[in-house]
Amino acid sequence: MNDTNPLRQLGDTTLTRRDVLIAGAVSTAAASVPGLASAQTAALPTPTAAAQPPVMARFSLKVNGKTEQMDVDTRTTLLDVLREHLHMTGTKKGCDHGQCGACTVIVDGSRINSCLSLAVMHDGASVTTIEGLGTPDKLHPMQAAFVKHDGFQCGYCTPGQICSAVAALDEIKQGIPSHVTGSLTEKPLLSVAELRERMSGNICRCGAYSNIIDAISEVAGSRA
Amino acid sequence: MRAFTYQKAKTAAEAATLVARTPHAKFIAGGTNLLDLMKLEIEAPVALIDVNHLGLNKIEATPEGGLRIGALVTNTDLASDARVRKDYGVLSRAILAGASAQLRNKATTAGNLLQRTRCSYFYDTNMPCNKRAPGAGCSAIGGYTRQLAVIGVSDACIATYPGDMAVAMRLLDASVETVAPNGARRVIPIADFHRLPGNTPHIETALAPGELITAVTLPKPIGGVHIYHKVRDRSSYAFALVSVAAVIQKDGTGRVAVGGVAHKPWRVEAAEANMPRGAKAVADQLLAGAKPTEDNAFKVTLVQRTLAAVMSEAKRGQA
Repeated sequence: MNDTNPLRQLGDTTLTRRDVLIAGAVSTAAASVPGLASAQTAALPTPTAAAQPPVMARFSLKVNGKTEQMDVDTRTTLLDVLREHLHMTGTKKGCDHGQCGACTVIVDGSRINSCLSLAVMHDGASVTTIEGLGTPDKLHPMQAAFVKHDGFQCGYCTPGQICSAVAALDEIKQGIPSHVTGSLTEKPLLSVAELRERMSGNICRCGAYSNIIDAISEVAGSRA
Repeated sequence: MRAFTYQKAKTAAEAATLVARTPHAKFIAGGTNLLDLMKLEIEAPVALIDVNHLGLNKIEATPEGGLRIGALVTNTDLASDARVRKDYGVLSRAILAGASAQLRNKATTAGNLLQRTRCSYFYDTNMPCNKRAPGAGCSAIGGYTRQLAVIGVSDACIATYPGDMAVAMRLLDASVETVAPNGARRVIPIADFHRLPGNTPHIETALAPGELITAVTLPKPIGGVHIYHKVRDRSSYAFALVSVAAVIQKDGTGRVAVGGVAHKPWRVEAAEANMPRGAKAVADQLLAGAKPTEDNAFKVTLVQRTLAAVMSEAKRGQA
C-alpha cells in the first residue's frame, strides 16, 4: 500500500526483470555461436550442461481468492512467487529444501512445501497462505489458539505451523491415515499422538511444540 | 539453479520422446526430490517435461485381482486408498513412515521409485562422488558411513536407496510399467528395477534414457499380517537406519524385505524359507556376504532384532 515501506522496496526487486533481460541477451548472443555452444555441451559431463539463458513463463494463480497473472523465470518456486513477486511475506523461507515446513501453504486443499514446487507448475491453482486464513481483526480459530496457548516464540515457523495445522485437521476429517494410526481400516483418531506425527514436517527451533499441540488440540476439540 | 525450459506433455509417449530427443532433459512430477537437487546443481536439466497432465493418477483393479497404480498417484492418495489399506497394508504403512505430510501430498508413485540416495557425500558438491561425476571416486568409502550400505556394495559406491515405499513394493512383487520414446511398452519386475552400484553407481535403475514409468501394478493380495517397522534417529520424518517390511502368515511362513541397507530394497527369497525357524536364521541368510564398515556394522544386528520384533508383532496380530 505505501511504497515507502522499506520491506516492500526490498521485495520490489523488479530490477531482476531488467537483469534477466540483460543476462538473457548476453547468453543468447553466446548461444548463437552454434559450433561453440555444441562443443561446450559435448565436453561437459552429463548433468552439468553449459549455462542456459533464463526462460520466462506466463501463467495464473489464485492466491487467497485473488487471481494473479504471473510472468516469471521458470526456476521461480511457488514460495518465491509469493514472497518476491506478490510481496506476501507471511509465508516464510526457512531451509528452502523441504526440511523445515516454514513455507507450508495450502494448494487446492492440500498442504505442500512451497519451496519445493515450481510456480509454473501451479497454473490455475488456488493457493491459501497465512494471509488468506485470517486477518489481524478477524483471526482464524487456529491463529487465535496459537496466540492463546503461546504456540510460538520467535514466530518464524508460525505461518507454516498454522497452515499445516489447519490442513492436518482436515486430513484427519477426511480419514487419511498416519504413521501412528492404530488400524488402517478404521478412521484415524484426534489424539495428541496423531497431531504430533502429522505436524512432524514443521520444525520449531524455539521448541514451542507442546504449546503448538495444545493450540491445535483446542481447535480440533471445538470442531469435533 | 540452472535455467531450463518448461513444457507440459500431453501424452506419455510424447513426454518420453521429448526427454529422449532433448539433451539433459528430465521429467518432473512432484519435484520434491528433483528440485532439491536442482537447487544444489547436483541435477542440472536444461529442459523439464511436466508429466502431471497425463491422466496417470488413478488406482484401478486389474483383471488378475491386483491393483494398477498410476505413476502420478500421490503418496498420500496411495496410502489412503481403501483397497491398499485393506489388502496391501504394508504398502500404506511404508509410505506413511516416510517424509512428512507436505511431501507425501506432492510426491508421486513413480517419482518415489526414482528418489536418489541421501548419502551425505552425494549431496556435498565439494567432495568427489561417482554418482555425481562418474570416475571421480567415492568420498564415502573411508569416510563417515553410519547411514550407508552394508550389503551389495562396490568399490565405487556404498550409498543406500533411501525410500520406504519401494521396500514394500519389492515385498509385494510389484511390476513397473513403462513407455519408451518409440512408444514401446514394457513391464519391469520390481526386483530388477533398482540396480546395485557396481562400477556404474550413476545408473540407478533399469530405465533407458527417456523411458517413462506409467504405472506400478500389484499382484492379487496374499493375505497375512502386514507390518512395516522403520528404525531411525527420530520417531518421525527421518530416513531409515534399517526398515523391515513383512507379510507373515498364520503358519509362520512369509516374506521379508529390508530397507536402509543396500543400493536397492533388499530381499532374498531363499532366506524366507527360514522364517518358521526365527529371525536369526532369516537374517543370517538375508545378509550373508555383508560388508559393513566399523560405523555401520550395527545395522547387521539391527536387521535381525527388527525382524525379531516384527515376527513377534505378527504373532500377536494373529492371536
